[in-house]
Amino acid sequence: MTIKSVAIGAHQISAGAGKDCIFQGLSLQIAAGRWTSIVGPNGAGKSTLLKALAGLLPTRGGHVELLGRDLHAWPRRERARRLAWLGQNEAAAEDLTVYDVAMLGRLPHQGWMQPASGADHAAVEQALRATQAWDWRARALGALSGGERQRVLLARALAVQAQVLLMDKPLANLDPPHQADWLQLTRALVARGHTVVSVLHEISLALHADDMLIIDRGQLRHQGAAGAQATHRALEQVFSDRIAIHHVAGQWLALPRINV
Amino acid sequence: MGVRVPFKPTPVAMARNWSLTPIYWGLGLGLLGALLVLLGLAVGSTGLESLRPLWTGGGDDAAMARQIVWDIRLPRTLGAWAAGALLGLAGAVAQGLFRNPLADPYLLGSASGASLGVAAALALMGGAGGMLGASSTVAVVSVYSGHWLVRLGLTGAAFVGAVAAVLLTLVLARGVQHTLRLLLAGVVVGVVLGACTSLILLLSPDSLQAMQGFLLGSTGFVGWTSCLLLLGVWLPCLAAAWGLSRALDALALGEATAHSLGLPLAPLRAALVAVLALATGTAVAQTGLIAFVGLAAPHLVRAAVSVPHGRLMWLASLMGGALLAGADLLARGLLAPQELPVGVLTAVLGGGYLLWLMHRRTAPGGLL
Repeated sequence: MTIKSVAIGAHQISAGAGKDCIFQGLSLQIAAGRWTSIVGPNGAGKSTLLKALAGLLPTRGGHVELLGRDLHAWPRRERARRLAWLGQNEAAAEDLTVYDVAMLGRLPHQGWMQPASGADHAAVEQALRATQAWDWRARALGALSGGERQRVLLARALAVQAQVLLMDKPLANLDPPHQADWLQLTRALVARGHTVVSVLHEISLALHADDMLIIDRGQLRHQGAAGAQATHRALEQVFSDRIAIHHVAGQWLALPRINV
Repeated sequence: MGVRVPFKPTPVAMARNWSLTPIYWGLGLGLLGALLVLLGLAVGSTGLESLRPLWTGGGDDAAMARQIVWDIRLPRTLGAWAAGALLGLAGAVAQGLFRNPLADPYLLGSASGASLGVAAALALMGGAGGMLGASSTVAVVSVYSGHWLVRLGLTGAAFVGAVAAVLLTLVLARGVQHTLRLLLAGVVVGVVLGACTSLILLLSPDSLQAMQGFLLGSTGFVGWTSCLLLLGVWLPCLAAAWGLSRALDALALGEATAHSLGLPLAPLRAALVAVLALATGTAVAQTGLIAFVGLAAPHLVRAAVSVPHGRLMWLASLMGGALLAGADLLARGLLAPQELPVGVLTAVLGGGYLLWLMHRRTAPGGLL
C-alpha cells in the first residue's frame, strides 16, 4: 500500500524489554486525512503502540515522526496542538466540572496562567455540543455515569482541535446510539481533513474506518483498506478464524463463528 | 451532531455557569479565621481578666495587658492560623500531586522529615535549644538578629528534611500509582525518621524538654519572628500553588493525558514537591508536628464544594487556618490555665476524622 501523505510514521520502534517485550523494531505509516483503526486480539500491544505513536512512552531505539518531523523535535506545546490523545479510564478528576475538563483541552493553546480566550470558549462549546455533553457543563465529573464521563473526555480531546487525534478504546461504556454518534463524529472530522487513529475492540465499528492496522503479539500482521478482501482475511486469521466478516445492510459486520 | 450547522457560541458568562458558592465559602472561612484569631486574643493562661486594664486604663497594668496581647497572644494566634493555612495548602498540593485523597504532609512522612531536620539543626547548634523555651521569649528579643537567623536556619533544615522524606517515600513506594503502597511507605518513613529524631533528642538532654514540647506540636513557641516567617512563606507558596493549579487539574486526568497536553511533567512535579516541602517545613519548624490538618482541610472543602485546584488551594488554605486556629483555641481553653499541646489535640480529632472517612468510604471505589 502506498501512502501519499503521512501523518505519523514509526520507524523501528520498540517497547518493553527482555521477557516483557511488547513489540520490537516495528515500522508503520499512518495516512493523513484518513481514519485508521488499530485492531487485534487482547494483549496484542495495541494500546502500547498507540501510546508510542503519541510519544507517551520512553522510546528505545527507533523514532516516530509526526507530520514529517521527529516527535521529540517538536516543541512541547506545538506538538500538543497538533496531536491530541484520548486514553482509557485514567480520569479521576472528580471535582472538576464538565466545562473545566473540556477547557483543559485548550491548555496547549493558552499561555501560562493566561485566561481562556473567546476562541477557547467557542472550541469547548463546540466540542461539548458535538458529544452531547453541553447540558451537563456545570456538573462535576464525579457525578456522571461511565458513558457520560467518556463523552466528556472525548470532548476534552476534541477541544484541542488537533490535526491528528489518537483515541484508545473511545467507545468504552458508550451505548449504541452514542457509538453511532461517535462514528459520525469521526467521519465528520476526517471529512474536514483531520487524521484519526483509534484502537477499537468493536470490530464491526472498526470496519467503518478507511484503513486498518492489524496487530498480533507485537507484530504488524496486515495494513490495508478496511473494505478490502485481504484485510478481512487477515482479520479472521488473527482472531483464529473465530469470527467471520459479512456484508449486511451496506456495512461490514464481524460475527462470532460458533462451532456447534 | 451540531458540527455542520454554522456555529454561534453561547456568551461565556452563560456558558460557564459559574457558581458563586466557592466565593461565599472563601469569604466565610476567611471571616471564621479572623473571628478565631480575635477570640484567641482573649484566651490564655491568664484569661480575659488580665485584659481588663486595657479599657479601664491604668498605668502598669494596662502596659502589661498590652504586652500580653501584643507580644504573646497575637503572634501566637496569628501564627497558629498561618501554620494551619500552610498545612492545608500542603495537603491540597500533596493530594493533587499524588492524585491520592489520603496524601497529607503528616502521612507522607514529610512532616517527620521536617522535624528531624529541626532536631538535627538544634543539636548541631548546641545550646540554641534554649531558644525554644517559652520563658526565653523576652531574652530572645535582645538577640533579635540572631533570632531571625536561627528561625531561618531551622526553617531551612526543616525544608531539607521534608524534601528528603518525600523523595524517600516516593522511592520506597515506587511511584504514586498505588495508594496502599504510598501510605505504607509514608508510615515507614515517618516511623524511622521519628526514631532518628528521638535518638538525637536523647543524645542532647539539655534541650530534651523544650524539644519534646515542641515536637508534640505547639503554638507556644510562636513569637512575632515566627509569625511573620509563617505568613511570609504562606503567600508565595499559595501563589506558586495557584500558578501550578492548571497543571494539577490536567494531572487529575491522568499522566498520559497531561503529557499529551504538552505539560513538562518532571519540572512541574519538582516545583510542586518544593512547594509541599517548603509549606510543611516552615509550619513544622515553627509549630512542631501537627497532625491531620493537611489531610482534613482539603477534604472538608471538597465535601462542601466541587472546585478546580486553583480555588481548592485558596479554600483549603483558609480552611486549614481556621481549623488550626480553632484547635489552638481549644488547646488553650479546655484546661485553662493549663494547656494541651495543640498537636495532641489535632492528632486525636484528626485520627477520629480519618476513621470516619474510612468507615464511610469502605464501599467499592472507596478510599483504599
